[in-house]
Amino acid sequence: MAALDTPEPSTLRHAFGNVLSLFILLLIGVLAFSIRLFSVIKYESVIHEFDPYFNYRVTQFLTKNGIYDFWNWFDDRTWYPLGRVIGGTVFPGLTLTAGTLWRILNTLNIPLSVETVCVFTAPIFSAFASWATYLLTKEVKGVGAGLTAAALLAMVPSYISRSVAGSYDNEAVAIFALIFTFYLYIKALNTGSLFYATLNAIAYFYMVCSWGGYTFIINLIPMHVLLCIVTGRYSSRLYIAYAPLVVLGTLLASLVPVVGFNAVMTSEHFASFLVFIIIHVVALVYYIKGILSPQMFKVAVTLVVSIGLIVCGAVLAVLIALVASSPTKGWSGRSLSLLDPTYASKYIPIIASVSEHQPPTWPSYFMDINVLAFLVPAGIIACFLPLSDASSFAVLYIATSVYFSGVMVRLMLVLAPAACIMSGIALSEAFGVFTRSIKFQLPGVSQNSPVNVGDTGNVIQNDVVKTEKSEDSLKERPSRKNKKKEKDKTERASVVRQIEKRLLVLPLEASVIAIFLLVLLGAFYVVHCVWAAAEAYSAPSIVLTSRSHDGLHVFDDFREAYGWLRHNTEVDDKVASWWDYGYQTTAMANRTVIVDNNTWNNTHIATVGTAMSSPEKAAWEIFNSLDVKYVLVVFGGLVGYPSDDINKFLWMVRIGGGVFPHIKEPDYLRDGQYRIDSQATPTMLNCLMYKLSYYRFVETDGKGFDRVRNTEIGKKYFKLTHFEEVFTTHHWMVRIFKLKPPKNRIRGKTKKAKSKTSSKRSGTPKKNPWH
Amino acid sequence: MRELRFNLLLLFIAFNVLFSPALSDLVIHKLDRRIDLSSQIVRTTTFLKVENNGIDTVSDILLPFPDHRAKNLAYLMATISEGKGKTKVSSGSLPVRLVNPEGMPPALSWYAISLPKELGTGESISLDVKAVFTHVLRPFPEKITQADIQLLAFQDGAYYLSPYIVKVQTLTVKLPEPKVESYTKLENTKFSGSEIKYGPYEKVPSFSYAPIVVHFVNNKPFTVAQELVREIEISHWGNVQVTENYNIYHAGAQIIGEFSRLDYQARPHVRGSSAFKNLVAKLPPRAHSIYYRDEIGNISTSTIWGDSAKTLLEIEPRYPIFGGWRTSFTIGYGLPLQDFLFQSQGKRFLNISFGCPMDEVVIENLIVKVVLPEGSKDISVSVPFPVNQSKETKISHLDMVGRPVIVLEKTNAVPEHNQYFQVYYKFNSLSLLREPLMLIFGFFFFFVACIVYMHADLTISKSSASYMAKLQWDEVQTAIQQFQNIMNRCMAVHDKIEASLRDLSRTGDVQACKAARKAADSLLKDLSKELKPLLSFLQSSPQAVQILSKVEELVAKEKELQEKLMLKHSTVVDCYEKKFGGRETENRVASVQQKIALLRQEVDDLFEIIDEI
Repeated sequence: MAALDTPEPSTLRHAFGNVLSLFILLLIGVLAFSIRLFSVIKYESVIHEFDPYFNYRVTQFLTKNGIYDFWNWFDDRTWYPLGRVIGGTVFPGLTLTAGTLWRILNTLNIPLSVETVCVFTAPIFSAFASWATYLLTKEVKGVGAGLTAAALLAMVPSYISRSVAGSYDNEAVAIFALIFTFYLYIKALNTGSLFYATLNAIAYFYMVCSWGGYTFIINLIPMHVLLCIVTGRYSSRLYIAYAPLVVLGTLLASLVPVVGFNAVMTSEHFASFLVFIIIHVVALVYYIKGILSPQMFKVAVTLVVSIGLIVCGAVLAVLIALVASSPTKGWSGRSLSLLDPTYASKYIPIIASVSEHQPPTWPSYFMDINVLAFLVPAGIIACFLPLSDASSFAVLYIATSVYFSGVMVRLMLVLAPAACIMSGIALSEAFGVFTRSIKFQLPGVSQNSPVNVGDTGNVIQNDVVKTEKSEDSLKERPSRKNKKKEKDKTERASVVRQIEKRLLVLPLEASVIAIFLLVLLGAFYVVHCVWAAAEAYSAPSIVLTSRSHDGLHVFDDFREAYGWLRHNTEVDDKVASWWDYGYQTTAMANRTVIVDNNTWNNTHIATVGTAMSSPEKAAWEIFNSLDVKYVLVVFGGLVGYPSDDINKFLWMVRIGGGVFPHIKEPDYLRDGQYRIDSQATPTMLNCLMYKLSYYRFVETDGKGFDRVRNTEIGKKYFKLTHFEEVFTTHHWMVRIFKLKPPKNRIRGKTKKAKSKTSSKRSGTPKKNPWH
Repeated sequence: MRELRFNLLLLFIAFNVLFSPALSDLVIHKLDRRIDLSSQIVRTTTFLKVENNGIDTVSDILLPFPDHRAKNLAYLMATISEGKGKTKVSSGSLPVRLVNPEGMPPALSWYAISLPKELGTGESISLDVKAVFTHVLRPFPEKITQADIQLLAFQDGAYYLSPYIVKVQTLTVKLPEPKVESYTKLENTKFSGSEIKYGPYEKVPSFSYAPIVVHFVNNKPFTVAQELVREIEISHWGNVQVTENYNIYHAGAQIIGEFSRLDYQARPHVRGSSAFKNLVAKLPPRAHSIYYRDEIGNISTSTIWGDSAKTLLEIEPRYPIFGGWRTSFTIGYGLPLQDFLFQSQGKRFLNISFGCPMDEVVIENLIVKVVLPEGSKDISVSVPFPVNQSKETKISHLDMVGRPVIVLEKTNAVPEHNQYFQVYYKFNSLSLLREPLMLIFGFFFFFVACIVYMHADLTISKSSASYMAKLQWDEVQTAIQQFQNIMNRCMAVHDKIEASLRDLSRTGDVQACKAARKAADSLLKDLSKELKPLLSFLQSSPQAVQILSKVEELVAKEKELQEKLMLKHSTVVDCYEKKFGGRETENRVASVQQKIALLRQEVDDLFEIIDEI
């Protein structure tokens, strides 16, 4: 009551609340940043894994040579002898971001190295992402939900796994861009402001620059628009939020070289144009409905529908015919494998061979989003009470992302923000209900009924001013501020009123226990996240550690090998390895590779796969024809490192066999089983990969016991005829072999040998794909 | 063996020269030469006792070196040795300079030692000359496999190459191990332990030459730094940061054929004896924040221990370095400022060692950069041996003009160059505060700018029609907001009345119920009073036309609702006072209740409609 009569204390209180929420947001940002530093503290400030090394290398190039050289960069150190046009095939968002960051810091005379900037880009952007989540959730369900969702997102393990310090990958900035684009869309939808709609298109542009996942946005938003139209929620705000996005967004997207004309040509973007047409039709109908009388309108409808249907049918038929004429129906392989989960394993083994493209298991859900999985349904229910445009978007977002995450474990990343938003809403609503019930029933309050009523008013007021103040804090233009403030106020008031109306006051004890349990749940989540950040997701994967009774043991074999290659081979030597190590080799060893992680040329990869699965001589010929000087294999048998080349070998056979049919998978399997012990097939025991991996391995322990496969190897003593060992790392994890130079021909034997080889060649023309 | 041929040529020249008159009348009475071959660096220490037998006084003593040797000469120092035997005391080194005397045989480089005082007739002086050579030892064979041991060949003359007559001379060659493949046997040659002794030879004329070759085993690491850049950065906040970038290779016999990790791990001393696995850097005491990394990240194989005199850092490169293999890495450490920075005569000076902290490393190109704090003036450097000097500026954290950098370059540096050098400069302590102040003001102005921005109205035109309309619209919105507030409060009062009725049915306290009614009545009256000016404003405003009807409808509905509620209230209270049963009361109220529900629904709808506007 007092709050109503005298405004001063209440504004003070709200100012305090506003400062508090700002402070909380700041802390959330700090939390998001610092929880990702475990990798730096436990290991070191280093780029992680595979793709980040490529991004790091591109960033180095960008900072050294400038933006124009970057766009025109033709990289001849990879995909030898084809090369790769980097500027036109890379999503430039991440590298441009880090490059700009580096440039700004350097102009401020803060001389950080490019590597440092790259390492910390991901944590910085996860702080931004949690702030964006706050904004988005605030638009959907208010400040409380926003803060909760931001806090949840700051430490959701799924996102941490992709954005620890050093994980310098597209996803690091893309998730921020994704959430921020959604926020701007909702903001434009809620306000109907063209300003936000334009910003939205720019944010979408940034997202297109950053990640291939932008297709998710350009499909989800049209879906939501369609949903709004179907459920009769069409308004001019919807039109303003959507139409500029399609027009500006598509124009901007096609400026990105890697997207280019795909922005209008491929089927991924088709939905947005279809809905664009639909929303115009709907807008027209609404307009006509406004100017015509109901009877006239009915007549017009029948007229237009009958003609329109025919025209639409014709256009649609042409479109479908056009789309169907292309073999992949205009979809890219990755998108198709999303729509049809079995597609990749049937047709594109390269996509299927990547572990992050596999469907996830149930434990991985629990691992990656933990308790959020249980809170999400509650959040969905909360979104229906009442259903607004914004909350329907949130529901749609979670529904689609759940489906996508079910197809590809990698897309768990898209699910994480949605789950955080939903759980934030659920937790905030639950806390709201429980605290209110406690407030109503506190002995001091319930005796004095006027205060009771005043309190309800107070709650309303409280919320109103809070939103208004946080608007202030967002530094909006003062002139525009008022309007939005009013808008929010009225909405908030109505929402709260409706909740108020349906408020069921729960028993005091039950609410207290429930709050306690919720806090417990949150604590469990925090503990899990910290554990996941510290233990599960911090390993840079180029350095491995193992804890034994006598302390920490570091396996730094990869860098040992790359360092050796970097310093002790010629600058132009070509190194062949399986494509997993391509990016690392170019970045760390600075040597030309045959294939790398950008798997754009299946035939080339298949050639390397074929060489690896061929006997020594044939492999030597293939490698020699590719001008390869060194062959690098990863071998975990000595120390028990499971993701080595022998375990990946079947994929090499499969991919190689997909292009060169003389490589047949069954030749490498004994009764359908992949084995390397004495039961293995002779083809397996004679292939290059086996020989390079196990060369002189038996001499280590006398038996040749492989600790990954837990078996003794099949063929123990053999010599290499066409390759020689030049370097093996400390734990044998990387072995580098050199191709022996071709033998001098002995004069007397020349003729014989010639006739032999020629006859051989004519006999088996497909042996070496390069002849 | 090209060099051998070259030496023979030299020998020929030397014999030619033999009969030319001696340079001066100096005679070397006694000469002891020791050649230390125990590492890759060849150190010769020569003790000579020189006597002036001529008439003129002599101020210079000439030291010739063959050209091919002289280009590998890294360090030359001559001291006067006073006292005898074990009590030898060396005073400061004598100045040595490169000279080019006339009439001397070609292919020789000459160094002249300037004596502190001229040597008169019949006087004698004892000198210690220390010469250090790099890249003099040749691996032979030049390429070995992993299993082979490294063999080296060393060539020199058995006699001291001198323009003076040497009366008595000896030569001792010290080997790292008592294993030797072969050595030249001359008269008076003795091989014992790991030393080969030649001499004494008496009365050897000037420019005598007798080649000797020693072919011996040496598995010592041939660590050569192609380039070492040491950056010493002074921060007056209390730290001297040293960063050393090494580019190292193994200059011994190159490895050919396979490198087998298996062999290397099984018997590292046999299969890989010529490789080196680790390096030890001797850092100053109290060195802290030590790191060891290369361009692809941290290298985890290093250990550190130390005491009050030194800090020892043992580093292992990523892989063992065999002959011909290369690697590069960076080590860095911080040192306490007070140990290295001193003040004298109003100037500050840095006193720190010049060379590389590692043992027995040859540095082909050593660059020492001293980064002084921003704003240092009057910079001067004093180095005990000749170096190339240049200046740069480096822009580091929050610098405005950049920090002055002294660049000192030295080729062919050996551990003997690990001496202290000084950099003198003037620096105002107040400049220390510049960067913190800059930050403080930077943030201060940032916040001020924020405040100004928040309080300023940046609308472009204040008189345009649209702006005025917007202002009016804003006013209308505020009015509607207030209106809604009031309505909400009305509804709250209604709720309260309902609540009081519920209380009544629970407690039966009629008085309390009446009191509540009274309070509600007065509240409602107040509210309707507040509502009046708002309504009149809305009616007058042209912007509010579309909304006005709804507002008025809402007001009317609310009034009606209020009346019905009052009716219900009084009915119920009546019933209670008359002690009717619950059902009776309900019956009476039922119709009113229905209407109330209906009205509520309508009011809510209206609320929503107004909300949407």
